[in-house]
Amino acid sequence: MSIDTSKVADSNSTSAATPAKPSKVGAVATWADDRLGLGTAMKKNLRKVFPDHWSFMLGEIALWSFVVLLLSGVFLTLWYVPSMGEVEYQGSYDPLRGVQMSEAYASTLKLSFDVRGGLLMRQMHHWAAMLFVASMMVHLLRVWFTGAFRKPREINWVIGSVLLLMGTLEGFTGYSLPDDLLSGTGIRAADGFLKATPVVGSYMSFFLFGGEFPGDAIIPRLYTIHVLLIPGLLLGLIAAHMLLLVYHKHTQWPGPGRTNDNVVGYPMLPVYAAKAGGFFFIVFGVAAFMGGLLSINPVWKFGPYDPTKVTAGSQPDWYMGWPDGLLRIMPGWESEIFGYTISWNVMVPILITPLVMWGLLTMLPFIDGWITKDKRDHHLLYRPRDAPTRTAVMVALMTFYGLAWAAGGNDIIAVKLHLSINQITYFMRVMVFLGPVIAFMITKRWCISLQRHDRDKLLHGYETGIIMRSPEGGYSERHLPISETEAYRLTARDRDEVFVATPQVDENGVAAPGGKLDGVRAKLSTLMFADNIQKPTRAELEEAHHHAEHEHALTAALDGHAADGHQFDGHHAVEGETLRGSH
Amino acid sequence: MALLLTGGAYSMFSPGAQAETTSTNAEDIKAGRELFLVGCSTCHGANGQGVPTVNGTQYGPALTDVGGASVDFQVGTGRMPMAQPGQQAVRKPPVYDEDEIRQLAAYVDSLGTGPAIPDQSAYTLPDGLSEEERDQAISRGGQIFLTNCTACHNFDGAGGAMPRGGYAPTLRGVESRYIYEALLTGPQQMPSFSDGNLTPDAKRDVIAYLKATEETPGYGGSGLGNIGPVSEGLFAWLVGIGGLVGFAIWIAAHTTRSSKSKPTDTKTPVRLPSGAAATAERGAGA
Repeated sequence: MSIDTSKVADSNSTSAATPAKPSKVGAVATWADDRLGLGTAMKKNLRKVFPDHWSFMLGEIALWSFVVLLLSGVFLTLWYVPSMGEVEYQGSYDPLRGVQMSEAYASTLKLSFDVRGGLLMRQMHHWAAMLFVASMMVHLLRVWFTGAFRKPREINWVIGSVLLLMGTLEGFTGYSLPDDLLSGTGIRAADGFLKATPVVGSYMSFFLFGGEFPGDAIIPRLYTIHVLLIPGLLLGLIAAHMLLLVYHKHTQWPGPGRTNDNVVGYPMLPVYAAKAGGFFFIVFGVAAFMGGLLSINPVWKFGPYDPTKVTAGSQPDWYMGWPDGLLRIMPGWESEIFGYTISWNVMVPILITPLVMWGLLTMLPFIDGWITKDKRDHHLLYRPRDAPTRTAVMVALMTFYGLAWAAGGNDIIAVKLHLSINQITYFMRVMVFLGPVIAFMITKRWCISLQRHDRDKLLHGYETGIIMRSPEGGYSERHLPISETEAYRLTARDRDEVFVATPQVDENGVAAPGGKLDGVRAKLSTLMFADNIQKPTRAELEEAHHHAEHEHALTAALDGHAADGHQFDGHHAVEGETLRGSH
Repeated sequence: MALLLTGGAYSMFSPGAQAETTSTNAEDIKAGRELFLVGCSTCHGANGQGVPTVNGTQYGPALTDVGGASVDFQVGTGRMPMAQPGQQAVRKPPVYDEDEIRQLAAYVDSLGTGPAIPDQSAYTLPDGLSEEERDQAISRGGQIFLTNCTACHNFDGAGGAMPRGGYAPTLRGVESRYIYEALLTGPQQMPSFSDGNLTPDAKRDVIAYLKATEETPGYGGSGLGNIGPVSEGLFAWLVGIGGLVGFAIWIAAHTTRSSKSKPTDTKTPVRLPSGAAATAERGAGA
């Protein structure tokens, strides 16, 4: 695709352009500019270029659903009462009238049944929260799979993973606020998790709840965390995330004219303002659609929280599902030290594994950077297949996540698929270890085979689907060369280099710096790169093209005599061509 | 004596059946025994004493003290006779008709003690209640339901998983009489809620709550199966993220154009809005 740049200004003038005919809008803009200096700030930023690709809009879903969360959340705070004070419900939902409940739950019922649009806002808020965390994860996967986490963007990766953690905590606190049976069960579980911490567990629980569970302080405390502390952190982190995006400029896919030193795309105004602004309305629309038509957390069915009650299907929201799943499949191991019980059955799945996994996720770019020792800036993306090991590592992590997640819904799976919940548990206990290994191997080999296919396309062209028969009777498929653009795209990536450790002891018997770690690095580097298929060299390409020309010359004579129907094979103009009909 | 009592209670509780048919209780028992010998005795024994296996388990449990309510529940909901051995007898269309079920119940009732088939007044709210009293009964029933039933049957009565492939079935669309009988007899993995444990009025209120909530609309829209956060998560990903990624692809696939008609010829260069820069140098500062 070539871009007509003839109408594009080739330089930025130092003095502002003035319109031929003065307008009111212009006058207002000048007024503001004279006082705020907007012109200087906006001049460059309004023209900031963003590349165009659907996968670059996934993070935007998170941003816009956060805006929906802020808007709907403000609405909810107008009626919600963060108090555990006991009241007798006298609202309009008949089956709960006269029941003793907390003010928090009563005000949630009021929001749902007696405030105009309240239920819609509650449901939009909840759906938007689900979308917020989900889109962050999809965005994370895109960034990893395309290599956008590499230098200089590692810090932004860390900010992103903190955002994911904060979003999850924000979701959990919000889930707890209605004080219905489900939220209370969640808080009770959280209390159990805290208490499973060795030595300080019961202290932490007492500090959080202001005494023994449930007390009367947890709801107001969670409310402050939910509407003040975490949203403030989220706002700040989102701002930092986006400032870094502007500072680094957006990554782009390789292609003709796209280099590591430029960005090809459209300017912020008017194109991206319209696209991104429009996308906000779509995200809002999807949240409203789901909030209007799909019931989420029907608190009136759960009734007020009461520690003596519980319901089947008590699950956390989806983003807390995977630690819950690990908890469900964990064997009931406990040990006793000096008369104190250490609850491995709770500590391992809830306190240790999620933190380890989150730490690993956050550190991924640095681990990767240590193995590759790649200090160059990277602004061009690669396709997942071109980094088979990185892709396979993430797919292995996704598999672990997915299996643990599914284990979190083991009772629903058992009922809906007519399976035994015990068998699901045994299966998952094995598969959370085995599944990621299998996924790693399959993904890596899959990527390498796709790389091989790309290399074949470069060297021998693409498969036309035309089968040729030689005079001797042998059959072969005809290949035609791929376009220059395609060839450029396929060869834009770097050649992988396997790190070779320097000998640990030089000829004088002096140990090399780095020492044993270098050996580890070399092994990991071999694992990461050694099996990859590299793009062909210039010499290989030239030889292949020469060979292709030769072959083409040999078969050229056949061109006019293709079998009937082949005149429509897509490689020729078809004007005036008809099926010949007769033989 | 027990026979006389249960028989008397039975004839008292089923005046409708008495009026329609001329068969006496003794005839019911006789006919029920005929049916029992053909359809039930293979597993439950010729005299309802149960059939043990060599492993110490049993093909079918003894029915000597289960009562008529149990037969009415098991056979009336199609759970008995079982189609195949399994973790749990599943609900299916009943094999016997109403008269046959009554006869079977009469026969099993005659084997020993056990609750009889309840009368309609036991499981429906009395007609004389005021609107307010009715609401209070339903509200009471809801609290009893949340305390005793939801742990297995779920907050909406949608059912839930039990160990080893068993499950608590859905309560939605189940006739009031069968719910009452299940409470009374505790079929399969369900505990039995005796009248000392849960008074007849409490049982009646639970049923009233279930029937009242069955009639209320889904205030929040589609309930997504009423199975809690798992299906909500599924919809967030499939409908929400799936739809939004679809929209993202749609937005990114439509580039700018200065005329209203879609460019059909892909070879035509893309027109940029006047004054727009196509590229920006990375070196040109932040």
